[in-house]
Amino acid sequence: MSPESHPPQSPSAPRIRPAGDAAIVVAFEERIAPDVLARVAALDVAVHAAAIPGVTETVPTYRSLLVLLDPLVTDADTVAAAVEALLHRGGPPAPSMPSGRRWRVPVRYGGAHGVDLDAVAARTGLGADAVRTLHAGAEYLVYMIGFAPGFAYLGGLPEALHLSRRDDPRARVPAGSVAIGSQQSAIFSVGMPSGWHLLGRTPERAFAPERGDPFLFAQGDRIRFEPIDDATFEALAARAATGEVVARLEDAA
Amino acid sequence: MTDAIVLVAAGPMSSVQDRGRPGWLRSGLSAGGAADPVALAAANVLVGNPADAAAIEFTLSGDTIRVEANAVRVAVAGTAPVTVDGAPAPAWTALHLVRGQTIAVGRLAVGARGYLAVAGGIDVPPLMGSRSAHLKTGLGARLQAGDVLPVTAAGRTDGPPLGLDPAALPYLPLTLRVVLGPQDDRFTAAGLAVFLGGAYRVTLDADRMGLRLDGPPIEHADGFNTISDGIAPGTVQVPGSRQPILLLAERQSTGGYPKIATVVTASLPTAGQLRPGDTLAFRAVTVGEAVAMRRAQAAALASLPGRLVPAVRDPASLRAEDLLGRNLVSGVTDGRP
Repeated sequence: MSPESHPPQSPSAPRIRPAGDAAIVVAFEERIAPDVLARVAALDVAVHAAAIPGVTETVPTYRSLLVLLDPLVTDADTVAAAVEALLHRGGPPAPSMPSGRRWRVPVRYGGAHGVDLDAVAARTGLGADAVRTLHAGAEYLVYMIGFAPGFAYLGGLPEALHLSRRDDPRARVPAGSVAIGSQQSAIFSVGMPSGWHLLGRTPERAFAPERGDPFLFAQGDRIRFEPIDDATFEALAARAATGEVVARLEDAA
Repeated sequence: MTDAIVLVAAGPMSSVQDRGRPGWLRSGLSAGGAADPVALAAANVLVGNPADAAAIEFTLSGDTIRVEANAVRVAVAGTAPVTVDGAPAPAWTALHLVRGQTIAVGRLAVGARGYLAVAGGIDVPPLMGSRSAHLKTGLGARLQAGDVLPVTAAGRTDGPPLGLDPAALPYLPLTLRVVLGPQDDRFTAAGLAVFLGGAYRVTLDADRMGLRLDGPPIEHADGFNTISDGIAPGTVQVPGSRQPILLLAERQSTGGYPKIATVVTASLPTAGQLRPGDTLAFRAVTVGEAVAMRRAQAAALASLPGRLVPAVRDPASLRAEDLLGRNLVSGVTDGRP
């Protein structure tokens, strides 16, 4: 291919649309899948590296990259052209997610911290121990942080645990809840209403505003859960309350 | 003793607000900040502050505040009656208060929000780069009676009291300007026509996060569930109820309802003044037009310090239509500052 020629437009070429005068959306395919995520994440990295004038922040999600801009400095057309150039320069889609961090996140499963564990065991026909083992045995990919501050949507939930959400959403689910809903798992960073099934709770704080870096997880991070007992939960929660990070960061392989 | 102002009585929903904390949307936290940055700027400019200094944002009705500092300049931006130690005092005017005096701000005649600024700014500790309360997230909190807010008591306390003509503030009209999309393809042509042609009323479900609207139902083209993605400021989403929701400062960062349009940034201060029962409409503009409106508005706000005039108006003569209402109701400015 000569340097002048562009790669052919595939049917899944991302579409760039304005979102008002202060943002554009680069929309990839409408599915939740690691290969789509990888393309979103790759563009996110490229946009940050390019330091496009007037671009203020980006929001990578399952299927699109929202690029916020300052209309006093630039405009949507200019930013869209710059992003378009990055997409062409990028060539074929990235085969996998940029390597994020690997976390071991402690979780107290069941009991008062995971009030739906037994119901999930009953609905799936698995025992409570099997649900715990399955959930803690999987490696999860942080698909996106969104909806609420630090809320982590996790892909990689074993298929045996795929369950529709509760018919009666709870008015308030406590921060730290580790839950499943449909095909995903999640770590709740703040208390909020939810219809997800609560399997357990982590003493870690995914959102701790007083920390220098208030948010623990980012899109592309990989997470494994580590079952703990009540005494460990209480001890770790006390340390987390002081701002300490109690989840463990594993060395990059 | 730290210079402070003390909440003697709090309005129904008051909080400290500045420009908010942009930069965290990728981590799920919307910027928040003043629901109406134009009125925030007006209050701040009156007391010699930068336009986005931290001030008190009140909702529908204001607060009663006692001064615990030797001397401070205070100004109220909003269509509410103001008294100082029980005597009427003007809004849109810098007031010189001394220790022990009490300023009381009543109900707004027009609009949903007003601002009380103090020279030097409200000096609560910044968190993640802002003094704004983000109420949905539990950063900061709604103000309550007994709260003590430190002030730096900087700024001028000399010279004649200065006022600002609120009719000169650069509001866009109640027909909110929108750029269609980013997901307008998820609606039928009829649905889009209804959205742009209809009148929508603000329901009781209205706060700093957003406004649920009620009006002609908007038809989706292909169901109402999409895969969640990022939500820009001013996004209008249409869930299965087919009634639009306008998302504001404390919006969620992502959402999966189709996003029919995005209110342009220059119209957001007007949107921040909408209260339950108000009626609004939407008009499509191009991105280029939206950018021009925003730049004109920013230029007008930057010129506010030069528009301060000696305050001569008798507060008893103030009428609501002289105030914020003129622009909001008649729409005479229509995009021009």
